[in-house]
Order: sequence, then structure tokens, then C-alpha cells
Amino acid sequence: MADLILRDLVKTYDKTQVLHGISLNVHDGEFVVFVGPSGCGKSTTLRLIAGLEDATSGDIEIGGRVVNNLEPKDRDIAMVFQNYAIYPHMTVRKNIGFGLRSSKKSREEKNKRNEEVADILDMTELLDRKPNQLSGGQRQRVAIGRAMVRDPAVFLFDEPLSNLDAQLRTQMRLEIKKLHQRVGSTIVFVTHDQVEAMTMADRIVIMKDGFIQQVGTPAEVYHKPANTFVARFIGAPSMNMLPGRVNGGAVKLHSGFDIDVGGKLDAGREVLVGVRPEDLHPNEEHAILEGDVSVCEPLGHETLIYVGTGGSEVIAKADGRVPPKVGERVRLSALPENLHVFDAKTGEALV
Amino acid sequence: MAVVEEIRPTTDALLKTKAPKRPANMGQFLRWFFLFLGGIAMVMPIAFMISTSLKWPHEVYNLRLIPEEPTIENYTYVLEDGRFYWWFVNSIIIALITTVCNVIFDSLVGYTLCKFKFPGRYIVFIAILSTLMIPTEMLVIPWYLMSQQFGWLDTYWGIMFPGLMTAFGTFLMKQFFETVPDDFIEAARIDGLNELQIWWTVAMPLVKPALAALAIFVFLGNWTAFIWPLIVTNSVEMYTLPVGLSSFGDEADVQWELIMTGAAISTIPTLIVFLIFQRFIIRGVVMAGLKG
Ligand SMILES: Nc1ncnc2c1ncn2[C@@H]1O[C@H](COP(=O)(O)OP(=O)(O)OP(=O)(O)O)[C@@H](O)[C@H]1O
Ligand SMILES: [Mg+2]
Repeated sequence: MADLILRDLVKTYDKTQVLHGISLNVHDGEFVVFVGPSGCGKSTTLRLIAGLEDATSGDIEIGGRVVNNLEPKDRDIAMVFQNYAIYPHMTVRKNIGFGLRSSKKSREEKNKRNEEVADILDMTELLDRKPNQLSGGQRQRVAIGRAMVRDPAVFLFDEPLSNLDAQLRTQMRLEIKKLHQRVGSTIVFVTHDQVEAMTMADRIVIMKDGFIQQVGTPAEVYHKPANTFVARFIGAPSMNMLPGRVNGGAVKLHSGFDIDVGGKLDAGREVLVGVRPEDLHPNEEHAILEGDVSVCEPLGHETLIYVGTGGSEVIAKADGRVPPKVGERVRLSALPENLHVFDAKTGEALV
Repeated sequence: MAVVEEIRPTTDALLKTKAPKRPANMGQFLRWFFLFLGGIAMVMPIAFMISTSLKWPHEVYNLRLIPEEPTIENYTYVLEDGRFYWWFVNSIIIALITTVCNVIFDSLVGYTLCKFKFPGRYIVFIAILSTLMIPTEMLVIPWYLMSQQFGWLDTYWGIMFPGLMTAFGTFLMKQFFETVPDDFIEAARIDGLNELQIWWTVAMPLVKPALAALAIFVFLGNWTAFIWPLIVTNSVEMYTLPVGLSSFGDEADVQWELIMTGAAISTIPTLIVFLIFQRFIIRGVVMAGLKG
């Protein structure tokens, strides 16, 4: 029932255009994650959906209603902020109840709902505490609780985990995902952490400079990046990009190797061949690259090796038990299906 | 929060510090010496006020700190004089109403100037600030003419109206509202509060220290205000305390011992106000709800 539809959203501050036509359909119950580098317009998009900011042009539709001219409170949304924004002068109970202040429910119904939410979030013993008596994770849970009591059609999260330490972040990530499975509402979640995006999302929206670069499931954006930006942004360490030129049915890399990319490409075209470090291994057969190992980073079960290949450095993964030594000459190979070809000028994916 | 929390341990530490064992160096000596001088300068007028209030009239011009024949006769006299109660009540009513109005209006305007982006807000702010540069003495005549025309002379309203809002208070509150993160306000907006409710239930509690400071300033300022109340009041029953006290005696024969007695009594409410509000100043909790 509560689909969220963005149609050609444009936002301009004074003279600078921040969003250049954002269009997206979020289905009912879907968990969509906006991800992108700092300043790409993620928060702005979220604030437009929330109604904290007016769109310069374009439509926002929630549950079949165009909400452009509605106040935030009438949009049937709830938002969780990066800084939690729970009120320091109120107890947890009051903070959670705050979300229901303007609702027409009876007092008993409200209390019942508060207890319910506290129970779901496992905070019943904390209800009478003030925020400064809570840990960071607990504060964030209160903020989520305040959003939950209202039972909104769409939840908006703006980098809610970025103030937490790594371990807590992993834990909260899981909790939010479980919550989503339990409550089943539509969620729009903003982050600049691609791991968060990959692990939580049903679909990922990758943004850059106010443009959507690609929308897809985590698997799609990982395996079929639409352009070099997405290819580099998703996955860590980043995808290696090897410059080359199309030569018949193959690509001749500037480093000298010919590789078969299994597609029909215009001859003479300048391209970038992308290969992820996890797909690139030391191997004598089918080598596509050759160079000297400059740095080894052992990670236990595998070792990252940085290989200088005349001009550029690539990252590859080697076996953790018998990694190559620094200074050793290695040949690197990758399976043809793990190679991505992009236009060198536009960055668009070609195969 | 950070700033305020840092203050607390320092004061605690100061209180706990015993006299230092190691010999004090010259710099430290000088520092203490000047602090001591400052302390004397602050305490002496109060000491003289109390001492004079305990003297007989003939002894007033003898500047000994300890009266030769101490007496509480002056206190009995002032407290039995009905006028003193009138003045006291007048002063209390005026200072309280003015304080409440300032706390509300200054913070409303300060909040609006700080948190709403509307064209011309900068000009409004500058206009308010620029009134700080006009001294009271210059305003007294226009105020008087205005009061005369509207029939406000010799009324509470006449005494209070110039001070119900102050540029300084507005400025102070605006600066403090800058420390309230917009997230709080936006969260409340999403939660469905209207702008007035947001101001009252979310923003105001977060600037309590500033409100307390403002309340102290305004209360003290009005409690001790002299020139305007003197000019605008005619009848003895409408006097405020400072005006009334100065009327003890005439030009030829000022009854200092009575004035000082009244002054000593009139410091009590200021002490109470200060004691009530200062703890808010020390225990501000602005940032506790945010990642600190
Ligand atoms: N009120 C404003 N006035 C002018 N420009 C703004 C305003 N708010 C945001 N911007 C600009 O809009 C762009 C997008 O900002 P936004 O906050 O949406 O980025 P973001 O993707 O959320 O980044 P981050 O990951 O750092 O939070 C930025 O370049 C920012 O400078
Ligand atoms: Mg942001």
C-alpha cells in the first residue's frame, strides 16, 4: 500500500543545483539504501521525502498520494537522524511517546504502543532513564523507537549508524534488518558506507553529484556495475581499472597483454577493463598482467598484494599460506566472466 | 555539554585545594594580591552598607567599620514604616513581570531570528542590536512624553513598558539557540509539533542555562533601576525600592542609616534569585541527547 515514488526530483539551493532529476520507485516493504560519497545529495533527497525541504521541481508520492504540499507530520513518515536527536531533557519513555503526541489515540492506547515498542527494541528497563545515562547504541535505539511508535508508512534513516563504533554498528545493522523483517514497512536508508549498503539493502541506489548512477540489488551492482564510478565505489578494495584498446575480438591492454572479453566491440575504441582484486590471482596460465610485488598485506586466510605493472599499480588476492614475496615477479590472471569493460571516455559499461 | 562539564571539575578542584605546600612564586603572589584587592573592592561597599545600617545617626559620618554602639533601631524603624512594604511589593511585582516577559519575548524573537530563514532577518537583527548603542538617558524623555500621552504616568505599566523586551536579551538568546542542533527541531516537526510547541517544549528546555542567566540579569537590572522609575512615578505608593529609599530625608538631611538599612534588606531578594537560578547556569544539558 505504501509505495514511495520519486519523480524527477530537482533541488536547487540559490544557484547551485544539488539534485538533478531523481526518479525512483520504492515498493511497499522494500529496504532501499542510498549510498554515495559525501555531498552527493543523499541527505537532501531524504529531507525532500520527509518534507523538511521543498523540492524545486518534481513529485513525491507516498502510498498513492502526492505529498509535495503536505507538512512533514502529514506525510506518514518517520525519520531517524545521524545525531539521534533524542531530547536530553526527557526520559526514554517520554522521548518514545513524543512521536505519538499529535496522534488522536487515547492515552491507554498510546501507553500500550510505547510499551510494545520498548519491548520490541528490548528497552523496557531503560524507560525511565535520561539520554545521558544511555550508551550510544541505546540512544540510537531510542531514536528508532520514537520513529516506530507512529507506525509510519515509510521510515527514513539518515546515516544512523555512523556515530557508533565498528562492533556496535555491525550489531545495529543486524537489528535494523531484523526490525524491517518484523515490521515490514518501507525503509529508505542513507549511508556512505558501501558495506552497510550491501548487507542491508533489498535494492541499492548509488548516487554521485546529484545523479543516480545505478539502482539494483546488491548482487546486480556488484556483478554488473553500470559504470566505472559504481564499479569502483562498490567493493573493497576497489576494482582495478586497466586501460586498453579494442583490437578485433579482444582488448589489447596498454601493458601488452591481449585479453578476450567475449563481446562485440568497435575496433579501435579506448576502453578500461575492470577486474576486482578478489577475482585477480597470481597464476602462470591465462595471465593478463605481469609485474613486481611492491607490498603484501596479510589478512589471514588470504593476502592482498600490490603489484606494479608499468605505470599503474593493481591489487590482487593471493593465498594466505604461501603468498608471493615483496619484489617477486608475478603473473596475474582472471576468469573472462569476471572482467568488466567500460568506455574510457564516458565510463559506461560496454559488456 | 562539553564546556559545562569541564567547569564542574574545575570548581570542585578549587574547593578541594588546600593551601599549596610549595613556596608560592612571585607571579602567583601578585595574582593573589590583585584578586585580594578586587575582593576588598567588592566587599567594602557591602560591609559599609551593613555597618551604617547598624549605626545611630550621629555616628554615620564616622567611617569606622564597627559601630561604637550598634543598634537595630534602624531596622525596626524601616520595617515599621508602611511605605517600605509598598515599595518592596512594587519592586517585586515589577521585577518579576519584567523578568518573565523578557524570558518569553527575548527568546521568542531570538529563536525566530536564529532558526527561521526569512528575507530581511539579518536587517531585523542588526536593527535590534543597534538599539543597544542608545543610552537610557536619551530615551527617558521620549518615554516620558509617550507615557504622558497614553496616561501611563504613575502606573506599573508605565514603569515596566520600556524593559519588557531587551535587545541584549534577544541577542543573548539568539546566540544560545545557535547551539541547539537543527536535528532536534526537525525531528519535532516530523513528530507533528507546531512551531510554537517546538519552541516551548524542545528548544526552551535546551537553553535553560541562558534563560537562567537572562533571568538574573533582568531581575537585578529592574530591581536596582532608578532613573526611569524616579521620573515616571509621582505618588509615594508607586515608588520602587531604590526610588523610595532615596526619598528618606531631603536634600539638606539625607538619612543614610535608613537608606542603608533599606538597601541591606533589599539585597535579600536578589540573593534568592541568584541562588535559585545559578544552578541552572552551572548544570546546562544542551548536548546530552546528541552524540557528544
Ligand atoms: N542549505 C543548503 N544550502 C546550500 N547548499 C546545501 C545546503 N544543504 C546542502 N547543500 C549542498 O548540497 C549538496 C548535497 O548535500 P547532502 O547533505 O545531501 O549530501 P550528503 O550526500 O548527505 O553528504 P554526507 O554523506 O556528507 O552527509 C552538498 O554539496 C551541500 O553542500
Ligand atoms: Mg548527509
